[in-house]
Amino acid sequence: MADATTLFGRQAVLDSLPDHPAAKAILAWNPQALTDAKFDFNELTLTISPEELRAACATLQAAGYNFFEDMTAVDWFPASPRFQLSYHLVSHSLKERIRLRVLLEDADPAIDSITPVWPGADYYEREVFDLFGIRFEEHPNLRRIMMPDEWKGHPLRKDYPVEGYR
Amino acid sequence: MSHLSTMPVLEPAEGAKDQHMVINMGPQHPATHGVLRLVLEIDGEIIVRIYPEIGYLHTGIEKTCEAKFYHQVVPLTDRINYLDPLSNNLCYALAVEKLLDLEIPEKAQWMRVLLAELSRLNSHLIWLGTHAMDIGALTVFLYTFREREDILRLFEAVSGQRMMTSYIRIGGLALEPPLDFLDRVQAFIRIFPEKIDEYSNLLTGNPIFRNRLVGVGHLSAADAIALGVTGPPLRASGVDFDLRRDMPYSSYEKFQFQVPVSNDCDCWARYAVRLIEMRESVKIIQQALDGMPEGAVKADAPKIVLPDREKMKTQMEALIHHFKIVTEGFTVPAGEVFQGIECGHGQMGYYVVSDGTAKPYRVHMRYPSFATLQALEVMCKGRMLADVVAVIGSIDIVLGEIDR
Repeated sequence: MADATTLFGRQAVLDSLPDHPAAKAILAWNPQALTDAKFDFNELTLTISPEELRAACATLQAAGYNFFEDMTAVDWFPASPRFQLSYHLVSHSLKERIRLRVLLEDADPAIDSITPVWPGADYYEREVFDLFGIRFEEHPNLRRIMMPDEWKGHPLRKDYPVEGYR
Repeated sequence: MSHLSTMPVLEPAEGAKDQHMVINMGPQHPATHGVLRLVLEIDGEIIVRIYPEIGYLHTGIEKTCEAKFYHQVVPLTDRINYLDPLSNNLCYALAVEKLLDLEIPEKAQWMRVLLAELSRLNSHLIWLGTHAMDIGALTVFLYTFREREDILRLFEAVSGQRMMTSYIRIGGLALEPPLDFLDRVQAFIRIFPEKIDEYSNLLTGNPIFRNRLVGVGHLSAADAIALGVTGPPLRASGVDFDLRRDMPYSSYEKFQFQVPVSNDCDCWARYAVRLIEMRESVKIIQQALDGMPEGAVKADAPKIVLPDREKMKTQMEALIHHFKIVTEGFTVPAGEVFQGIECGHGQMGYYVVSDGTAKPYRVHMRYPSFATLQALEVMCKGRMLADVVAVIGSIDIVLGEIDR
């Protein structure tokens, strides 16, 4: 299924890749949770609505995407919704990687932690909490990880100067 | 499986205040391989909890990347995992090339494989030397650093730098390798398998080394996957997965090699897996030397790849392109990509987001040690304090890549 085409939009992806195991698993579970999709650079990106993320991860884990590889955020300031969370999952059996994308609004950004599904997301979520100021509900230990505990601000936000405040 | 320990204050758990003690290991401790601070709760000499406190080396490289042109990020990548510099360069270059849809000449791809494997050997040699030294076998360190010196000389020959190579660039390699480079690599590869035997003779049969490693630091396959462990520790837990073979990049699919896997799940298995991996790397380098294609080492993309010095002095266009690339950078089409590679420590990944300008909008690095460190507590819980040193050595972490 890895052809070099570029597909934008939920319908386009579902029409062209009806048998993709990730898309299939999400549709069988809750079609409403999948709000957008794209396939470019040979990578599949599924946009999931924020409140459904943890359940989507559990669904994909059961569908063979057993390995949580990476998770980070992108700040699209001043656009709205401001924050994008990107989760990268790998399937050891399918030898394939997918990306989950979640969009969050600027005001008090928060989302369910996926540590109940993959405990290994612990440090990654702490890092995003520290550097972007996004809260993860039910995270077991949501403390700063890179910056000192008393640090003010979140350095990887786009409105934080590269040289810092002096 | 339980979550990782949360230890916000330096106090023993409720109800155990009389028996338990909290101590610090690091940040300045030779066995923590950098500036890692471990807060340990111990009951006598038995580990109850471990809380790794990281961030002492945090320099905000991801933020710095956002203020640099795409080609200026390459030297930053060397400094993240300074023991495996060419893999860093490679991973970043592959990610940006994916965004640019750039075709890389075959010779550059094969050279990249050769250099990435030399870099892996470099990383494994430091691991072996320091791991053995932590456990008390000081001699091995001197032996492995002798061969590491040979590898660093090769890096110097090819890039002018021993450690911060920045040799793999967006679009290919920085320069043609020197004429005798491949012969020098061949000479090194010819003697290196004997050296691996030498290390193995010093350690594999050594009863002290065995006793310190066998059965220590047990990490089951389920725990390893749940905690995001990759690379040799994952394969030593019985999971047969290697990005070089399973999701190949930079023409790794053209090379034949074995992926060592062990089901023992302990420190000894990690030692054994890495030792075999070194031998497999030698095979890959030999194949790269034997089949090295002819041709250019840079892509034909004058607006992205810096021109040769000679052309710059003789051709007007080359001079203009050079000036443009250095002063304004080059724009990269908007989009997001993730490129994963297998480096010495495990799965490395670069997530690059472009907004269509000459500077990356966001660069995120997934480094294997960051996730592997999470597994430390699972491996050490209920064991002796001295085993922590053995386990840290066996998971081969580098704090530069954890803190970034």
